[in-house]
Amino acid sequence: MKRYFAVPLLLAASLGLSACQATAPKPLAAPQESAAPQAVVVNGVHEYRLDNGMKILVKEDHRAPIAVTQVWYKVGSSYEHNGITGVSHVLEHMMFKGTQKHPPGEFSRIIAANGGSENAFTGQDYTAYFQTLEKSRLPIAFELEADRMRNLLLPPEEFAKEVQVVMEERRMRTEDDPHSLLYERFSAAAYVTSPYQNPVIGWMNDLEAMKVADLQKWYQMWYAPNNATLVVVGDVDPREIYAQAKQYFGPLQPSVTAELKPQREIPPKGQRRITVQAPSELPYLIMGYQVPSLKTAQQEWEPYALDVLAGILDGGNSARFAKELVRGSQIAASANAGYDLTARLDTQFLFDGTPSDGRTIPELEQAIAAQIQRVKDELVKPEELERVKTQVVTGKIYELDSVFYQAMQLGMLDTVGLDWRLLDEYPNRIKAVTAEQVRQVAQKYLVDNNLTVAVLDPLPLDTNAVRKPTMGGRHAR
Amino acid sequence: MRANRFIVALILILTAFGTQAGPQIQHWQTPNGARVYFVPAPELPMVDIQVAFDAGGARDGDKAGLAALTATLLDEGTDALNADQIAERVADVGASLGSSSSQDMAVVSLRSVTDEKLLNPALDIFTRVLTQPSFPKAAFERERSRMLIGVQQMKQSPGSIASETFYTALYGQHPYATNTAGTIESLNKIKREDVINHYRRYYVAKNAIIAIVGALDRKQAESLAVRIFDSLPTGEPAATLPPAADLTEAQTITKAHPSTQSHILMGQPGIKRNDADYFALYVGNHVLGGSGLVSRISEEIREKRGLSYSAYSYFSPMREAGPFTLGLQTKNESAQEALKVLGETLRTFIAQGPTEEELKASKQNITGGFPLRLASNKKIVEYIAMIGFYGLPLDYLDAFNGKVEAVTAAQIKDAFQRRVHPDKMVTVIVGGNG
Repeated sequence: MKRYFAVPLLLAASLGLSACQATAPKPLAAPQESAAPQAVVVNGVHEYRLDNGMKILVKEDHRAPIAVTQVWYKVGSSYEHNGITGVSHVLEHMMFKGTQKHPPGEFSRIIAANGGSENAFTGQDYTAYFQTLEKSRLPIAFELEADRMRNLLLPPEEFAKEVQVVMEERRMRTEDDPHSLLYERFSAAAYVTSPYQNPVIGWMNDLEAMKVADLQKWYQMWYAPNNATLVVVGDVDPREIYAQAKQYFGPLQPSVTAELKPQREIPPKGQRRITVQAPSELPYLIMGYQVPSLKTAQQEWEPYALDVLAGILDGGNSARFAKELVRGSQIAASANAGYDLTARLDTQFLFDGTPSDGRTIPELEQAIAAQIQRVKDELVKPEELERVKTQVVTGKIYELDSVFYQAMQLGMLDTVGLDWRLLDEYPNRIKAVTAEQVRQVAQKYLVDNNLTVAVLDPLPLDTNAVRKPTMGGRHAR
Repeated sequence: MRANRFIVALILILTAFGTQAGPQIQHWQTPNGARVYFVPAPELPMVDIQVAFDAGGARDGDKAGLAALTATLLDEGTDALNADQIAERVADVGASLGSSSSQDMAVVSLRSVTDEKLLNPALDIFTRVLTQPSFPKAAFERERSRMLIGVQQMKQSPGSIASETFYTALYGQHPYATNTAGTIESLNKIKREDVINHYRRYYVAKNAIIAIVGALDRKQAESLAVRIFDSLPTGEPAATLPPAADLTEAQTITKAHPSTQSHILMGQPGIKRNDADYFALYVGNHVLGGSGLVSRISEEIREKRGLSYSAYSYFSPMREAGPFTLGLQTKNESAQEALKVLGETLRTFIAQGPTEEELKASKQNITGGFPLRLASNKKIVEYIAMIGFYGLPLDYLDAFNGKVEAVTAAQIKDAFQRRVHPDKMVTVIVGGNG
C-alpha cells in the first residue's frame, strides 16, 4: 500500500485519463464562507473555496451509499530537484506516521475500523490521499486529513524504517523489473532539462541520502490548504460536504508555497539512443517523441489530435498495431502507443513493444516507424476516426460506474492546473478532430529530431550461463 | 482475446454492513441448462455480462496452458468473421470484449451501452465468439507463440517464478499444480485439435453460468441469455475435481535469480469456496495478514522492521482447496530474517489466536465496508458470477454480515490449529544466489 503511480509507460493512456481543453479556468466568485456558500455548479460538479484557499469539488453519485474522498496536493516528482528525488513519495509514506493527536499507524486503524479502504499515490505532478467509506463516516476522514495537512510529526525513528520500505518498493518495482528499468533510463535520456527525467520513486542514491530534514522542508513548502483540493464523489449532499469540510479544514492556516520554476524541456536537437543491459529473457523497445500536453500546447486542438492518433494506432484490438503488427505481419508479440494529454509539462508520445519469436528489435522499430510514416502520408480512414470517437463516447458512460475514477479525474485535472470543466468538453473536442489534423500532428511532432529510442539488451538470467550470441547487439531469440 | 488485465483478485474486502442487504439476485436457467444470475441496475445506460465456464487450467491435463489458449482464441475468428472483422465490430459499437482464465474458470465478458442500436450488434458478436469460434490455424500458431513469449517474460520476474514454483510444490499431481499460462514444453505440445476438443467439451450450457448486471428488465435479460446460449450444446458439467491432498512434510525450495530482492512465498492447500471453516479462517486471516497495513504480518515485517513493501497472507478459496499463501519481498540480505519473522508471526497467531480487540477491529472493517463492495456494476457482476459459479446461496451477500459477526476468537484459534500447519508448509525463496 501507499503506492505511487509512476504512470508506468502507457498506463495513463490505458486508464483512459481523458480531459480537457487548454483554456484558462474561469474566475471563481470571491471566496465567501457565509451560511450560503458560493458554489459554481457545472454538470453536477459543485465547486467551493474556503477562506484559506482550499478548493472543494463535490459530485453526487447516488447509486450506492458510499463516497470517496480525496485530498490532492500540487506537488510530485516534477517539483523536485536533483539530490532529493523521491522526496514527495517518501513524504506520502510518512503521512501515515503520525501527528500529535494521532500516533503512527492510527490513521489507517481508524479508517479500517470504520469499514473504509484508503491509500495514497504520488505521480509526477500530484500527490493524493484517498478514503472510501460508507457515506455517514466522511467526517472521520476529514478530521484525519485536516490534522495531517498541518500537524505531521515526522518522527526520525519512523522515517528510518519507512525509507527502507520505499527502497524495497523501488527494488520490487524497478530494479528487478527489466521493463521498468528501461523506462526509467528512457526518461532520463529523453528529458534533458525537464524534471520528468527523474523517477517518481527517486534514484536509489537519493533515497539512501535522504534526511528527515528534507521531508520537513518539503512538507512545510507544499502541505497547506491553499495548495490542496478536496474532491468528494458519492452519495452526498454538496452543501453538507461543504459545511463539514469547512468545519475541519476551515481553521487551517494557509501558507506561502514556493514559486515553481517553469523547467521547460529544451527543444530536442536530434535523436537520442540508449541501450540498457539487464538480465532478461527478451529484448524490449521504447520509443518516445517529445510532444506538448493540454497544459503546454500552443494550439489547443493539437493534444486532442495526438490523443486520437494514439487511438488510431492502439485503441484496442481493432486498431492498427493489433491488426497489422501483432496479427498481420506478426512482427510484434506486443506493440503499444500511448499519450497522456494531462501532463503538466511537455511529455512524450510513447511506443513500446516486444518482437515476436524470430523477429528483432530493429525490425520492430522499423515496423513502428513505417506505421508512423503512414499516418504522415495518408489520411486516416473515416471509419477509423469514427471508431475512436465512438469509444470515447461510450467510455464516458463506463467511467460513471466508478466513483473513484470520477473523483480521480477531477482531482488530477485541477491539480495539474487545468480546468475540471474541460472533462465534459472532452468528447466534443475529440469529435471535432479531423483526419487532416491527425496527419498534421504526426508530421509536426513524430519526427526523428524529437525521438528517443531505448532498447533492452538481455543479459543471461543464469549468471553462470554463456551469453547467447546476438546479432546487431540486440537479437531476439 | 487479450487476457483481461483487470482480473480483480478476490482479496476484496468480503463484508457486510449492519442490516443492509445485498442486491436482489434473480436466478433462473436457460432451456438448455445454463444458470443465469441477474441484477437490474437501471441507473446507468450500460450492461456488464460475464459468462463463466468450468474450463480453467485445472482442465488442462498434461497440456498446461490449453485453457488459457482456448479462451484467448475465441475472438480470433468465427465461422463467418475473421479476427479483424470481430475487433472492428466490437469497436464500432464502443463495447469491450474480454476473456480470462484461472485454475477454476474461463470467463468471457462483455461491457456495452444499452442503446439498442449499439447493444444489439455487440451481443451478436459476443454470441458468435462464444458459440461459433473457428480457431483458425494461423491464429492458433500466433497466439501459442505469443504465450511462449509470455512464459519467457515470466522468467524475468522473480515474483512469477516464485508463484509458479509454489503452486507446483503445493499441488504435486493435483490439477491445480498446472501452470495456467503454460510452459515452453507444454505449449509446444498443444495442437489445434486440443483447443477444439477443450472448447467442445467444456464450453457447453450445463457447464456455464452467466451473470448480468445492467439497465435491462427481466424480460430483456431472459431473452439475452437465451440468445447467447441458444446455439451452445447442452452438454455436461465438467467432472468433479479430485480433492487436494494435504502436505505431509515441510519443504523449502530456493532458486537463484539475478535480482536485488528475494521473493518469499510460504503456504499450503487451504480451503474450498464452500468450506465449513470459511468464516473463521477468513476473519482470522484478516487479523493475521489480510487487512493491509494494519494486519499483524504487515505490522511485524513492514511497520516495525522496514523489511518489505508488501507482506501479507490470504486464503484463495477455490472449487477444491485453493492455496493459503503468506508472502513478502525483501532485499536478498534480509531474506532469512524476514522469513523467520513471518514464520514466528504465523506460529504465534496459531497458538494464541486473535485478541478480542483485533477481532473487533477486523469485524468492524469487514462489516463496515459492506457498501463499498457493491458500489459499482463491475463489482456486483463479479460477485454474482462468483456466487453462481461456486453454487453459493443466493442470499450469500445478505448473510455474510451475520456470519462474520458470529465468529469468535476461540473459533478462529481452533480453525487455524486444525487447518494451518506451519511444520508442513512449502517455502519458496527466489532471488539472489538462492
